Amino acid sequence: MDKEFTFKGGIHAPHFKEQTEKMPIEDAIEPKYVVIPLSQHIGAPCEPLVAVGEHVKVGQKIGESKAFVSAPVHSSISGTVKRIELHQTPGGSKVKSIVIESDGLFEVHESVNPKGNIEDLSKDEILGIIKDAGLTGMGGAGFPTHVKLSPPKDKQIDTFIVNGAECEPYLTADHRIMVEKSDLVLLGIRAVMKAVGVKKCFIAIEKNKPDAIEEMQKKVEGIEGIEVAPLEAKYPQGDEKRIINAVTGREVPSGGLPMDVGCIVDNVGTVATIGNVILTGMPVIQRVTTVTGSAISNPKNLYIRLGTLFSDVIEQCGGFSEEPGKILNGGPMMGIAQFTTEVPVIKGTSGILVLNRKDANVPEPSNCIRCGKCVDACPVHLQPYLISRQAILKRFDDAEKTYAADCIECGSCSFICPAKRPLVETIRIAKKEILAKRKKAVK
Amino acid sequence: MENRLIASSSPHIRSEETTQKIMLDVIIALLPALVASIFYFGFYSLVLVVISVAAAVATEIATQKIMKKEVTINDLSAVVTGILVAFNVPPNAPWWIPILGSAFAIAIAKQIFGGIGFNFINPALAGRAFLMSSWPTHMTSGFIDPVTDAISSATPLAIMKGAEGELPSLLNMFLGRIPGVIGETSSILLIVGGIYLIYRGVIKWIIPVVYIGTVAILALFIDGGGSILYHVFGGGLILGAFFMATDYVTCPITDKGKIIYAAGAGIFTMLIRTLGGYPEGVSYSILLMNIVTPLIDKYVTPKLFGGAKNEK
Repeated sequence: MDKEFTFKGGIHAPHFKEQTEKMPIEDAIEPKYVVIPLSQHIGAPCEPLVAVGEHVKVGQKIGESKAFVSAPVHSSISGTVKRIELHQTPGGSKVKSIVIESDGLFEVHESVNPKGNIEDLSKDEILGIIKDAGLTGMGGAGFPTHVKLSPPKDKQIDTFIVNGAECEPYLTADHRIMVEKSDLVLLGIRAVMKAVGVKKCFIAIEKNKPDAIEEMQKKVEGIEGIEVAPLEAKYPQGDEKRIINAVTGREVPSGGLPMDVGCIVDNVGTVATIGNVILTGMPVIQRVTTVTGSAISNPKNLYIRLGTLFSDVIEQCGGFSEEPGKILNGGPMMGIAQFTTEVPVIKGTSGILVLNRKDANVPEPSNCIRCGKCVDACPVHLQPYLISRQAILKRFDDAEKTYAADCIECGSCSFICPAKRPLVETIRIAKKEILAKRKKAVK
Repeated sequence: MENRLIASSSPHIRSEETTQKIMLDVIIALLPALVASIFYFGFYSLVLVVISVAAAVATEIATQKIMKKEVTINDLSAVVTGILVAFNVPPNAPWWIPILGSAFAIAIAKQIFGGIGFNFINPALAGRAFLMSSWPTHMTSGFIDPVTDAISSATPLAIMKGAEGELPSLLNMFLGRIPGVIGETSSILLIVGGIYLIYRGVIKWIIPVVYIGTVAILALFIDGGGSILYHVFGGGLILGAFFMATDYVTCPITDKGKIIYAAGAGIFTMLIRTLGGYPEGVSYSILLMNIVTPLIDKYVTPKLFGGAKNEK
């Protein structure tokens, strides 16, 4: 464990993982009704395959799109389709969703069957299974997995990285998956390695999860081509491009993709789910989510049926221990603040974080003192203090020249800023303007 | 209840660091040197420091009130400026000298340009330069020789430049038992303070090391090394390198920029000391490099992760 991989920049944020890191994954309550958004991914939204009044079963495909960059959705319960309507989602917008009322039976759909041995499956069969099961990046990004695993012919992929960094404070879902479901992780790795045809796999885990490192090391011992890469516990270690840099030393070019440097990265939760799909045939209808924070009575790692409302999940965790200030979908660094708990858990909900009013307090900014801490912290090597000022002055052309569009919005700059300036918050505006301008130029 | 949830944009947690904590660390780091000057030069040094700080804070309140801005003395930056102005006056200076210096530093060098973060030169050094050009006699006399307790006008650097007097022993120079302005003489305690700042992550080692290193190397070239220790410990270099050149607002942001800046300050310091009219050149060389800082920041930028493919 002496060897340690890392990248230049980043921050050492407090981990806040003690509340849940030792808590085994529990099955969440069976919801009385679920809200399944037809778009839980980056790409084309799905069209509903069921109508109001129709009876559906667990694992039944209920939404799909013909587009390649998309991922189907499935019912997580059995029951009756009540409504198809616009519903608030944790992503921040209203999305067309299928509302299903449970019959309490959890009858499994006929299409759900074990997929057999990986040895007997062809590359294309594995990719087909992954696409059909609705897999998307479960670390939060929500990019359809089969697209990632189908690089163009001219891109030679030689390395598969399983992202078990879980660098977001508070979250322990991936941690628990590695400790408790290492068999599924390994099965998922084998499936991906076969589907992509890579011989080398790294399971990259931050060193603040020694039990996960130990478990995965035990699991892959003696298996050629798969090894565990311990990472320095530093945010944003789990960012795709940073983790590639840490493990392989390669730098994904600005504006490029991991495949440009021969790598594919998948979140460990995604990989474990791939394993589960192969093993049981059950598509993505459940996920492990950490429910935690200073205003949650009983923090837990829960295995939740997708579509369960945040309010139901919070209730299962004993409700609020004090008045909540903020409720987040995801971790505290990149999570999205919710204004209501009537939003469903989706494929990308890695955490439900409830902060009390004190923790949720947004500090008053003061003048930039040019300390340069944001520049040292930026994992993309930008100058956040400068881009932020350009954004505030609406000098977006200048911001483009200082590479505002390369910002990954990790928030390290805002975190570290002693003057409490809204750095990433303003850079985001510049980035949006620049990307909109580029899009317009293409048209 | 739900209407009262805060829905701000990420990140949702912040570090414990604040401007106030940084300034407090700088104040703590300056205290050992202050104790040394009280010990060597007498209680009046403390009086000068206290009235200088009071003047700086009062000026900040007054200017911000006049300009109808929020009063920001809680960030403690005016306290730091007040201490540094006092550290740059002789221990026997008239009481009103640091008052005028601090008032100039805060009102003219800092607040007129927009307050903390917007000054283009270090306020304390601007205050010193103002005092130097307005009351040169008060600023270059009134030194105390702690060994003899006599009033002296000859600092080690002045003696090297031909003034009457005997060069002090190296040990005395290191401890601070030499004539000089209030805060500059005790090299050892200034270094202790500087190391504290580096340890606390307030400053990086780059500027002090490169600045002092450049001066030492140039001294080596000038006379084969005989004067190195006098150049390093005999004047305001240690104070300037650790506490003035490292001022965030007026030094370059990037590490590479800091190296250029510090080396430049070292070169100017030695040019002034050996070829210029003044015996000491630290403050003017830092001021000069302060002015070059925006230029350095414009051309010395970090290398983008993944290269600059998008460059147009």
